[in-house]
Amino acid sequence: MKSRLVLWALATTVLVALPPFLLAIGQPFYVDLTRRIMILAIAAVSLNLILGYGGLVSFGHAAYIGIGAYAVGILGFYGFFNGWLHFAVAIVASAVVALAIGAVSIRTSGIYFIMITLAFTQMLYYLGISVAEFGGDDGMRLKRRSELPFIDLNDPVQFYYVALVLMLLSVFLVYRIVNSRFGLVLRATKSNEARSRAIGFSPYHYRLTAFVIAGAMCGLAGALYGNHTNYITPGLMSWQQSGDIMFMVILGGMASTAGPVLGAFALLFFEDLLSGWTQHWQVILGPLLVLSVIFFRRGLAGIFYKPDA
Amino acid sequence: MTWQLIFEQLLNGLQSGVTLFLMAAGLTLVLGIMNVVNLAHGSLYMVGAYLALAASRWTGSYALGLTLGIGGALVVGMIVEVVVLRALYERDHLDQVLATFGLILFFNELIAILWGRAALFASPPAWLRGHIDLFTGSRYPSYRMAIIVVGLLTAALLWYVVTRTRLGMLIRAGATNRTMVAALGVNIRLLYTVVFGFGAALAGLAGILSGPIYNVQPGMGELVLIQVFVVIVIGGIGSIRGALAGAIIVGIVDTLGRAFLKPLMATVISAPAAENAGPALASILVYLLMAAVLAFRPQGLFPARGG
Amino acid sequence: MRTSVRSLIAGAVVAAFAFAGPAAAQQKIKIGFISTFSGPQGVMGQFMKESVDLAVEHLGGKVGGVPVEIIYGDDQFKPEVGVQVAEEMLKKQNVDFVSGIIWSNVMMAVVPVVTGAGKIMVGTNAGASPLAGSQCNKLYFSTSWNNDQTPEAMGKFLTDTGINDLYVMAPNYQAGKDMVAGLKRYYKGRIAEEVYTKMGQQDYQAEISQLRAKNPKAVFAFYPGGMGIQFLKQYDQAGLRDQIPLYTVYTVDEISIPAVKDAAVGIYETRYWSPDLKNPANEKFVSDYKKKYGKLPVFYGAQSYDGIMLIDSAVRAVHGNVKDVKGMVAAMEKANFKSLRGPFTYNVNHHPIQNFYLLKTEKTASGDIEMHIQKTIFEKHKDSYYQDCKMQ
Repeated sequence: MKSRLVLWALATTVLVALPPFLLAIGQPFYVDLTRRIMILAIAAVSLNLILGYGGLVSFGHAAYIGIGAYAVGILGFYGFFNGWLHFAVAIVASAVVALAIGAVSIRTSGIYFIMITLAFTQMLYYLGISVAEFGGDDGMRLKRRSELPFIDLNDPVQFYYVALVLMLLSVFLVYRIVNSRFGLVLRATKSNEARSRAIGFSPYHYRLTAFVIAGAMCGLAGALYGNHTNYITPGLMSWQQSGDIMFMVILGGMASTAGPVLGAFALLFFEDLLSGWTQHWQVILGPLLVLSVIFFRRGLAGIFYKPDA
Repeated sequence: MTWQLIFEQLLNGLQSGVTLFLMAAGLTLVLGIMNVVNLAHGSLYMVGAYLALAASRWTGSYALGLTLGIGGALVVGMIVEVVVLRALYERDHLDQVLATFGLILFFNELIAILWGRAALFASPPAWLRGHIDLFTGSRYPSYRMAIIVVGLLTAALLWYVVTRTRLGMLIRAGATNRTMVAALGVNIRLLYTVVFGFGAALAGLAGILSGPIYNVQPGMGELVLIQVFVVIVIGGIGSIRGALAGAIIVGIVDTLGRAFLKPLMATVISAPAAENAGPALASILVYLLMAAVLAFRPQGLFPARGG
Repeated sequence: MRTSVRSLIAGAVVAAFAFAGPAAAQQKIKIGFISTFSGPQGVMGQFMKESVDLAVEHLGGKVGGVPVEIIYGDDQFKPEVGVQVAEEMLKKQNVDFVSGIIWSNVMMAVVPVVTGAGKIMVGTNAGASPLAGSQCNKLYFSTSWNNDQTPEAMGKFLTDTGINDLYVMAPNYQAGKDMVAGLKRYYKGRIAEEVYTKMGQQDYQAEISQLRAKNPKAVFAFYPGGMGIQFLKQYDQAGLRDQIPLYTVYTVDEISIPAVKDAAVGIYETRYWSPDLKNPANEKFVSDYKKKYGKLPVFYGAQSYDGIMLIDSAVRAVHGNVKDVKGMVAAMEKANFKSLRGPFTYNVNHHPIQNFYLLKTEKTASGDIEMHIQKTIFEKHKDSYYQDCKMQ
């Protein structure tokens, strides 16, 4: 336990020190790249809650990134720029949609659950494409970034620290949830559903609650992401984007606290690095993924420590 | 809306369903018997198409190209099974998803390196380029008719193998209870390699047949993959009968939806509203169908495991 | 503990590796070129890169007399990756110009990033209408067109030819709707049916059956990329190519023709340029391109070539002093370069005022399938959005 805290403290220190260091050596681009990675890490952390710990393979998680981003965009479209409002609407809207989708989907399991969540995401995506009001698939530009007191999101470094703080908060939140009584029941339903039912717990309600929490958290990631890219398209909600987040979680190590963050950093950093070398970067990334799955049985987090049970 | 048109659309739906069946049959076997989620099934579809195209250009014969393409897909499939999949049988479905996704990236890029990213020219063989005059008076492309015939023949062949041969018996047994089959002393490893190779060959055949009407391009497999998963979910995992039923239903519903949904809707709601809603609804119709089937019969229409 | 220290060191090594880039030497001009290089659409990026490389070669490796370095970036067909690549080019590689971009949504996301950094952006394909209208920008120049212009030309041609029974097909997304809107702005005849198909749809047999039942006098279609290849093949296989004339935009081009061959013969397109357009710059471009790459260039490439030439004219005008952005903007507005499309002038919204031609795909005596100009439809055509542009 202690060694893990030390590692987290170390990682946090590095991330905190990164912007001044990068600016000093004249590489401001990496501040933006790291920020993007941290925002998507929040999405991965939220997915890990239901996927890694809850065993719910949701192929539709990117929908909440889209909802969060569009919340910021649409509110801005009508002249509302207050950051608290943006975040609140992003979180609440995502929670509501997660409740609706979850209520229907969680009645199924296994591959059927995957397909249903996929179907819902596709429907949202095609809906997004056809609504011309907000740009359709051409997307819409943010008029202005969310406005927060004392903080200017237009400053790349301030935005970076906002993302860092929120990422650490979300990691901490998920950590507390999975180690709480609620979390223990959730994990029990993943490892042995019949037995948890026999003890008297209703998996459905625990899963649905986790699903809504994960959706809400991902909605916040979406609001941050929309601010980051300054441009919002339905592509954010596509199943390919869902797949990307899922791969981060799996690669990083499911059911581990650091896993999704490691997965996000590894995947996105390598993507940026490799695509700079060759246009055929996927022929390298593909086998790397295969090898990492075969050899890192517990994901990247498994290199550092044995993840929780 | 004449009966002639409706019949022609039904034929279109049947043909599209049959093409889906060829992909779905292989995938459902692999998922049902080997319990492996193989996202790279689309890559085998692509490999079959490319190898057949290269082989027919090299030999000058379509038939030879077809055979070598199917054979090539079979071989590639078996290599993939031995090298990658064997390490993944005991693993979580999600690990299989990530690993096979890595395979997709690899194959797409490998094909792009070998043959370039541009779509290749693929056309039906010369003796299939014309039309057939249907009894309804309309003309139907001969090649598409040939696809229907080949697809149904393959379905018949599969039915024969699965119900009348020892291999088929092992396949059915494996789909119902894998551990028992292994316990009974059957060489499961060999069975798996054969089944996977079989599935790969079917996918390759689907790719070769689709090449002339669709695109032969890197990434061509992923475009169909979602629909194939929808088919096997509707049909029931592990069941060939389910794959056929699911594929034909999906093919027909999708085709009829695209053709008739908008005019049908225009009779109920205003024409401009139908203009917008029609196409949007038609694109998600198949997903709605899947949701409906899962709501009433979660194991699919013809599940492999008893009842 | 040992494992984690090792991993940290490994991470640091990787990070150092990644930061190692060439230090910016200011005696060079750097032009960032963003396109799609991975995935199936990567073929378009490839054609564009080939044309850009040829342009640099024709200029002797220099732009405006100063040695030039082209830095290519892959947007992976995603706006947020396009933005990331643009930022990397601006902040890490310190490019002097950003150019390229195939897709409207990527363009709309990237333009503010580049202009916000005070650098000039030369768009060499995407023709999103807001950029020609309300969101025009002093620092943004297009060497391609406004999306609507191409279907507008087709609409005019169809009306002039007296076609009065048109079946319209396009994919159900923003560009599809824009194309049809552009068509209708100039097409005054009757539209038999407007069909929007699913994005990325592969099989058009159902729609083709419907079309045949309706039996229109002509068909208008917009199917870019892979969708076009499929549509053309299936239209031909259904026997319709000889029966109902097909008029398309952004569907038949030098990339799709090799994939469909005879299925493209006899189909009409409208475009501002064609390989057989007669002017010295174009003749040199096409013959050198053919010699170097063994195939005909495509319009994406022609626009990209022009983009480099435009930048060259600007740098020349300020005698290599790229810090003088105002001077370069003024020079670009004059468009003092030899464009592949002949005489080139800019409208107030920094979009070209250009001719549009009717092209027909024909089979030559030697069996090659090529697109040839039939007639001029629009002379010095302006796009329909420039009046919304505040830079009057």
